[in-house]
Amino acid sequence: MKRLPLAALLAAFFVFLVLSVSIRQAVLMLIGVGMGAALAAARFGFTTGWRQLIEQRNPQGVAGQVLLLALASLAALPLLGQFSELHAALGPPSVSLLVGAFVFGLTMQIADGCGSGSLYKAGLGVPLNMGILPLFALGSFLGSVHLDSWLSLGQTAPVSFSAVYGTGGALALTLALLAAVLVAVRLWVGAGQSWFDKRWVWGAVALAVLATLNLLLAGQPWGVVYGFGLWAAKISVALGAFEPATNAFWDQAGNAQRLTQTVFKDVTTITNIGILGGALWVSAKSPTGSKPLTTQQWVIGLVAGFVMGYSSRLAFGCNIGAMLSGISTGSLHGWLWVPLAFAGTLIGVRVRRYYQF
Amino acid sequence: MSQTHKLQAVFWLSLSAFLAWDFLASEPVDLRNEPPLIAAGSGQASSGGHCSISK
Repeated sequence: MKRLPLAALLAAFFVFLVLSVSIRQAVLMLIGVGMGAALAAARFGFTTGWRQLIEQRNPQGVAGQVLLLALASLAALPLLGQFSELHAALGPPSVSLLVGAFVFGLTMQIADGCGSGSLYKAGLGVPLNMGILPLFALGSFLGSVHLDSWLSLGQTAPVSFSAVYGTGGALALTLALLAAVLVAVRLWVGAGQSWFDKRWVWGAVALAVLATLNLLLAGQPWGVVYGFGLWAAKISVALGAFEPATNAFWDQAGNAQRLTQTVFKDVTTITNIGILGGALWVSAKSPTGSKPLTTQQWVIGLVAGFVMGYSSRLAFGCNIGAMLSGISTGSLHGWLWVPLAFAGTLIGVRVRRYYQF
Repeated sequence: MSQTHKLQAVFWLSLSAFLAWDFLASEPVDLRNEPPLIAAGSGQASSGGHCSISK
């Protein structure tokens, strides 16, 4: 499809949201379009960046991600301190988080896309990622159904750096930890590497601005996973396959209410739709080619997508909800997520190679 | 039409069908209770779902 009719469709959807849902959701959809366009145009792949670091000792992707985290933190932490209406992404340190992050890091390499990566690649028209999205949603839903059992294995209360150290202390600690990540990367890649690539830098700046706008408007940080679980939950309820009143997660007041409302009122849903639309808009000018997969690769990729959805719910988010939003809003769970997901990725890149993706 | 384009058509039609069904089947939106455009400074705490929530 050409860009002009696509832009007209997105404009029509914007008007529909203004008239039928709310101006806030309409504007959040446009922010999502910007996120999708930035992710797709810059090929800002969290999964790829980690893989390039491991396999090629190329630090550019991770440097771009650290830049994104630093910029987002510099904006989000002072805003959270200033406005009591805004929420941080605080997940509980738990066995669930540790297992979920590890498995997520492993499977995202096989599926070649994390939460945001699967979204924008599906929007670009990459066949495997289009196939993965419904399974990711189903996995995310099942993860939420089982979440209570996973949490019973052990958890502590969420830890907010801002609550413990104040805004200034949280910002200093976050930036110091990000600097430590860069030092570790420098030790791994050695001297003489090129650290910055234009597309990673402008992608990081654009995504930091859009994530901040998301926080200001929605009152909550950017997230991806919750919306997918909600979609699968609504379909399961409609089919009579799931009774939310008997489930610890979906029986909670907020979740139960969202099951009765249109998904257009859900923040993560509306930005997810925008991301798909933004990536589709980018693909209209530069179509994405992808190598055909064998039947075995399809099966492995789809299973990985399902497990990735399940584990993202256990991990209290993907690269966006847990890593970007968790770290940039001063949550300890974001910092626990990263090393576990990276450990999983170390195995995932080998599995990916073994199956010749 | 290539295989990828067919898959793209199925993907977008399925998504559109789900969203249309959901909008029609869900409880009507109360437009009089529309949230303020910008949550920051509005005095209304956010109550949306997020991946980080455990309940």
